[in-house]
Amino acid sequence: MENLVKGWEVIIGLEVHAQIATKSKLFSAGPTTYGADPNTQVCFYDAAMPGMLPVLNENAIDQAVKSGFGIRGTVNKISRFDRKNYFYPDLPSGYQISQLYHPIVTDGHIDIELQDGTTKRINIERIHIEQDAGKSIHDLSPEFSYIDLNRSGVPLMEIVSKPDMRSPYEAMQYVKKLRNILRYVGSSDCNMEKGNLRVDANISIHKPGEPFGNRAEIKNINSIRFLGQALEYEIERQIMAKEMGEEIVQETRLFDSNTGETRSMRTKEDAADYRYFPDPDLKPVILTDERIERLKAEMPELPDEKKQRFMSDYGLTSNDADVLIEDKEIADCFERAVSASKFKPSETAKLIANWMISELFAILNKENKTIETVGFPVEYLAELVDLIVDKTISGKIAKTVFAEMVASGHKPADIVKELGLVQIQDEGVITKTIEQVLSNNPTQVEQYKSGKTQLFGFFVGQTMKALQGKGNPEMINKLLRKLL
Amino acid sequence: MWIGLVHSRLARWQMKNYLTITEARKGLKSKEFSAYELMEHYLKRIEDYSKLNAFVTLDAEKTLSSAKQADERIANGEDLPLLGVPLAIKDLFCTKGIRTTACSKILSEFVPAYESTVSQNLLDNGAVFIGKTNMDEFAMGSANLTSCFGACFLPYRKKSKPDMELVPGGSSGGSATAVASDLCVAATGSDTGGSIRQPAAFSGLVGIKPTYGLCSRWGMVAFASSLDQAGPLAKTVKDAAIMLKAMAGYDPKDSTSEDVEIPDYTIFLGQSIKGMKIGIAKEYLGGLNEENLALLEKAKSWLLDAGCEFVDISLKTTSYALPAYYIIAPAEASSNLARYDGVRYAKRAEHFSNIDELYINSRSEGFGEEVKRRILTGTYVLSAGYYDAYYIRALKIQKMIKEDFRDNAFSKVDLILCPTTPNTAFGIEESEHMSTVDMYLNDVYTVNANIAGLPAISVPAGLSKDGLPMGVQLIGNRFSEGELFKVSHVIEKSANFDELRKEIITI
Repeated sequence: MENLVKGWEVIIGLEVHAQIATKSKLFSAGPTTYGADPNTQVCFYDAAMPGMLPVLNENAIDQAVKSGFGIRGTVNKISRFDRKNYFYPDLPSGYQISQLYHPIVTDGHIDIELQDGTTKRINIERIHIEQDAGKSIHDLSPEFSYIDLNRSGVPLMEIVSKPDMRSPYEAMQYVKKLRNILRYVGSSDCNMEKGNLRVDANISIHKPGEPFGNRAEIKNINSIRFLGQALEYEIERQIMAKEMGEEIVQETRLFDSNTGETRSMRTKEDAADYRYFPDPDLKPVILTDERIERLKAEMPELPDEKKQRFMSDYGLTSNDADVLIEDKEIADCFERAVSASKFKPSETAKLIANWMISELFAILNKENKTIETVGFPVEYLAELVDLIVDKTISGKIAKTVFAEMVASGHKPADIVKELGLVQIQDEGVITKTIEQVLSNNPTQVEQYKSGKTQLFGFFVGQTMKALQGKGNPEMINKLLRKLL
Repeated sequence: MWIGLVHSRLARWQMKNYLTITEARKGLKSKEFSAYELMEHYLKRIEDYSKLNAFVTLDAEKTLSSAKQADERIANGEDLPLLGVPLAIKDLFCTKGIRTTACSKILSEFVPAYESTVSQNLLDNGAVFIGKTNMDEFAMGSANLTSCFGACFLPYRKKSKPDMELVPGGSSGGSATAVASDLCVAATGSDTGGSIRQPAAFSGLVGIKPTYGLCSRWGMVAFASSLDQAGPLAKTVKDAAIMLKAMAGYDPKDSTSEDVEIPDYTIFLGQSIKGMKIGIAKEYLGGLNEENLALLEKAKSWLLDAGCEFVDISLKTTSYALPAYYIIAPAEASSNLARYDGVRYAKRAEHFSNIDELYINSRSEGFGEEVKRRILTGTYVLSAGYYDAYYIRALKIQKMIKEDFRDNAFSKVDLILCPTTPNTAFGIEESEHMSTVDMYLNDVYTVNANIAGLPAISVPAGLSKDGLPMGVQLIGNRFSEGELFKVSHVIEKSANFDELRKEIITI
């Protein structure tokens, strides 16, 4: 048995709530604008005024279907909305419209990469569509709570995994991968800071060979790091309890990111009876074959496919491909740069990847910029690499050019010209310089010839210095060997 | 001087009270009277008959000013089917800027900022609203006795008990009273289990519940979403046809609205019904009292005279409709009424110390007994462990009823003829002897059409021995409203109810 923690096996299943990227709400024309003043993005329906009725946002359905393709799931031609009834002040209608009995997507999976480089399949039970509730604000007054209905009715996808994860690492990898897929599909921006991706984690522990233990559900985790922390804490808590001979109570828990601990919210005994039933205000969602085909045709290349292609077409390593496909924007930029190069991808793709991953990302991190705001088009990176490949500049000079490019936003070729950085490849000039260096340093020449070959680097350095760093290093090496 | 003139002009048509839409439009067009005068006349009558408690919200100033606007439009030569016609609106329809309560204390302060599609359609047809009518709280009731504004009364009396005040039926009781007492020309109602047809039958009016989806539910306070349908209560079949044409129509704001063309239903009136097949289901006859049976026979003979063919049919699922109804309707209601929680527009209890108390106190104080009973029933049938036994089974019955109508009625006949109600209008003291189930049995002939989503009309066909109106009901296949009007028009003419009405003892 792998993955045991102090002899216990950990079982994790996740429910991920991703906000569907739509301009208006799931059942109303109310806008989904983030960060607006309280109760300004609310229409009569969102406030559950009497007689108001839901009208399905078809775009939300399209996005969910595409997400279904993204997780290789079965898209159900008939799905239906149900009401989940419970009282809460920020739930104006007293029920949430969701899809319990007939979800739009069932039986999907995604493959995650483990630390040892192997992949593991995590099965996904379903994706269903539902409305978000509003927000209760308790800290504005000692006496009253305030309600903001801006989020009321915002469309969500709830993506429910099977209990297939065995460690917090796997859970985090799963959420990362899922987020990446949804971003590729464009169905959710998965911005966790805006609360557009929230995770409920179900976790239990048991001894290998024994039945699953009672599970705790940790609600509303809003970052991948917190997910890891919450699960780690929960594993420790459950193991400690079991080893003290206590039973784990099936309950809902909250993660406190300040303390890194989880605490009990409510137990199964006071769990609500949601009295689900089909929403009589809505007809079943029936997807035609044409619509399904159209959406299939609109599907972008998914991260797994892209990674394979980057490795086979461009000869990238698995790690480099992973880094580049992490963000679809970056992957697209990489490909734009590769196609902007005047050389064949086999000659420049790997170099471009290296430059993006090491130099460009470092700058982005350091200056807190994105590839859009960095100040030069990604095509310049291709030009820079071309200048290296055609030996106009050396790799070392290229770094100078890159720094200048970041600072000024000028084209690499112009920078090279402006600063006079063109590589010296004239054999005569280099030979002359070497001869000069050798005659200036007779002692070292003597030592080199008597066997102190480490001094070769010294001559290279001196030559390069004399050529103001612009000499072609390969030629310097070659000619030095000859002349020594 | 001017007043005197108005009164002398009014006198001419006041003689002919019980004004129909056609007569009102004729008088308005020929300038026999203005919309303003007509409205004044009705406001006066409403005041005179205020003890009937037909209206729960009136705004004379606003009403008269809309009548004035209608007059301007008439003067400009505009011609719309309802231009200048005073209508009463059941207090279930949200009316912009006019308090809408569904006759519940919990909504007693609610003023919508929007107009329901049905009432907007009427306004678009030129109608002028006279006021909001009394009804059973949230349309839950069959006698208008559950209204937070108190009971509402018919202007009629039984021969045997002329002192006893009679209820107009429910839930559209206020609308029925308003039309029957000639306090308006026509009115809107809503029908979830019989709430238009039963009061129509009690009040000697024509009431139609259209095919589910024909009238938009947008802006109508929801009782049971899958069953609720708006429809008119009118003095004649023709008025009902004009009203329904104006009220109905596809509405993209209601996902259950049907995208069908609404014909001019008046063209069906007077068309031959020769060769039409009418079914009588034996299941509707068992337990029927003699008067009802005799009335049904009479209606049959009229239709035979007009060339209809009668076919005996059997609808074995008939008796399951009422139990299924009293599961499905409360289930949906328990969820639909959750929004009245005291947090937003619904009346909040004065005393509470936490959110649970706010809910409990607001809802305990705001809802009446019958509404609470249905919320409890609905909550029970949807709860874990009972859902399959009750709710799912009721849905299965619903499916069977639909199939029964399809396979055993409309594959053989065009329409079904049956009674509307088991009895005539009753008094409050009589209702006091009725159990909740007895009261629910008022809907026994009407719920089937709701459960199956079919259109059904009640048309006055005679008087009981005690001198009260009795109706017969026609149920048709989906979207057969034209046929219903066509056949009920024949019944209306044959019954000569205009003459019979004179025999009713009125207050």
